[in-house]
Amino acid sequence: MKFLHEYRNPALAQQYLEEIHKRTTQAWTLMEVCGGQTHGLVKNGILSLLPDQIRMVHGPGCPVCVTPLHLIDKAVHLALEKEVILCSFGDMLRVPGSEKSLLEAKAEGADVRILYSPLEAVQLAEAHPHRQVVFFAVGFETTAPANALSVLHAQRKGLKNYAILASQVLVPPAMEAVIQDPENIIQAFLAAGHVCTVMGLSEYEPLVARYKLPIVVSGFEPIDLLQGILMTIQQLEKGIYQLENQYSRVVKPEGNPEAQKVIEQVFEVSDREWRGIGLIPKSGYAVRPEMAEFDALQKFSVNLPPARECPDCIAGQVLKGLKKPHECSQFARQCTPVHPLGAPMVSSEGACAAYYHFRKPNW
Amino acid sequence: MCLAIPGKIESIEHQYGGLVRMAKVVFGGIRKEASLEMVPQAKAGDYVLVHVGVAISIIDEEEAQKTFSYLEGIGELEELMPPKEHRGQD
Repeated sequence: MKFLHEYRNPALAQQYLEEIHKRTTQAWTLMEVCGGQTHGLVKNGILSLLPDQIRMVHGPGCPVCVTPLHLIDKAVHLALEKEVILCSFGDMLRVPGSEKSLLEAKAEGADVRILYSPLEAVQLAEAHPHRQVVFFAVGFETTAPANALSVLHAQRKGLKNYAILASQVLVPPAMEAVIQDPENIIQAFLAAGHVCTVMGLSEYEPLVARYKLPIVVSGFEPIDLLQGILMTIQQLEKGIYQLENQYSRVVKPEGNPEAQKVIEQVFEVSDREWRGIGLIPKSGYAVRPEMAEFDALQKFSVNLPPARECPDCIAGQVLKGLKKPHECSQFARQCTPVHPLGAPMVSSEGACAAYYHFRKPNW
Repeated sequence: MCLAIPGKIESIEHQYGGLVRMAKVVFGGIRKEASLEMVPQAKAGDYVLVHVGVAISIIDEEEAQKTFSYLEGIGELEELMPPKEHRGQD
């Protein structure tokens, strides 16, 4: 596949690795922000090919992992008690709620459906005019345009039976929260390429200037990741800090203005709770008041007891980069992708799932 | 979640009374429908990055080549411009 396979060329990867080894003279700690990048690093064995001095810490960039538990409980409640057609991306289904996951709700007879696109949920609402359809709109900035677009499509069609349960989070405030953590060890970031495809680069300039650390916007294929790491190491070794764009084939400095317009029509910036991390000011999107009829939280009244986290799960520390997945006492023991204790073991972007699927014998 | 795949636009049709452009996009032999609402300038034959059924960027073929020439470039660049002590922004 063009624009994919050529970025997996082993000979070029070797050249990049040699250059990284040549230029690394001291210990550096980098965080790749996006869970897709974490999987790319682990799956392709890049972590064990990097110089020992480079420590890659895995960031909070997995929207499924940071979706607050009480929203999962609400989704389960909507599916079981309000008898809506609850649609979701596949990753959300096995994430454990306080009592049960959406998959377990489905097993009990709830109408829970996995969709590829939020636009399909609108088609479903059109095809079932007598049923309420709710799409669990989870995502970072990358997914916000598609989730917002589904609302605009429903509005255009005059649908009264479609709403979204929004769990939209924003990357730059989370990066800032990581930097400001008193235990922070991160010296540079690989920023999330597809988030920047939508939002552009302007939000990252102030972070570079304020915290004096390099940020390199990077792609997801092995060569992209290696080039991103090399660009970062070059800055660190020279003692400079700049914003660079490794992923310029899809990331423009201004991002995608059309997508930003659609987001603005449907969402407004709001404070957001991140599972395992806590409340981060202005770190998410909520449905605008004028779009309230498409907001499942306002459309259905759901009052549930406070959510209960599993006491054995250290997802919060993993998401902040303070612990590696295999440093958890439950990793690959009580907690596996089939029986997950926390969200990072479920999601295709979760760090725990990456370590589990591609684990070494000593993990 | 943020997985987005590059594919080639095979054909474009208008839906919703001409308001929305939808494309058939080919991903290594697999065809999927994608909305072109976020990339109004995209045309048949272009490669677009598709995320959950929505094209979010047109792939820039010229920029795409830079990754392959980057390693040659950094050696030459450093000969021209020796590293300064500090080039960050305050």
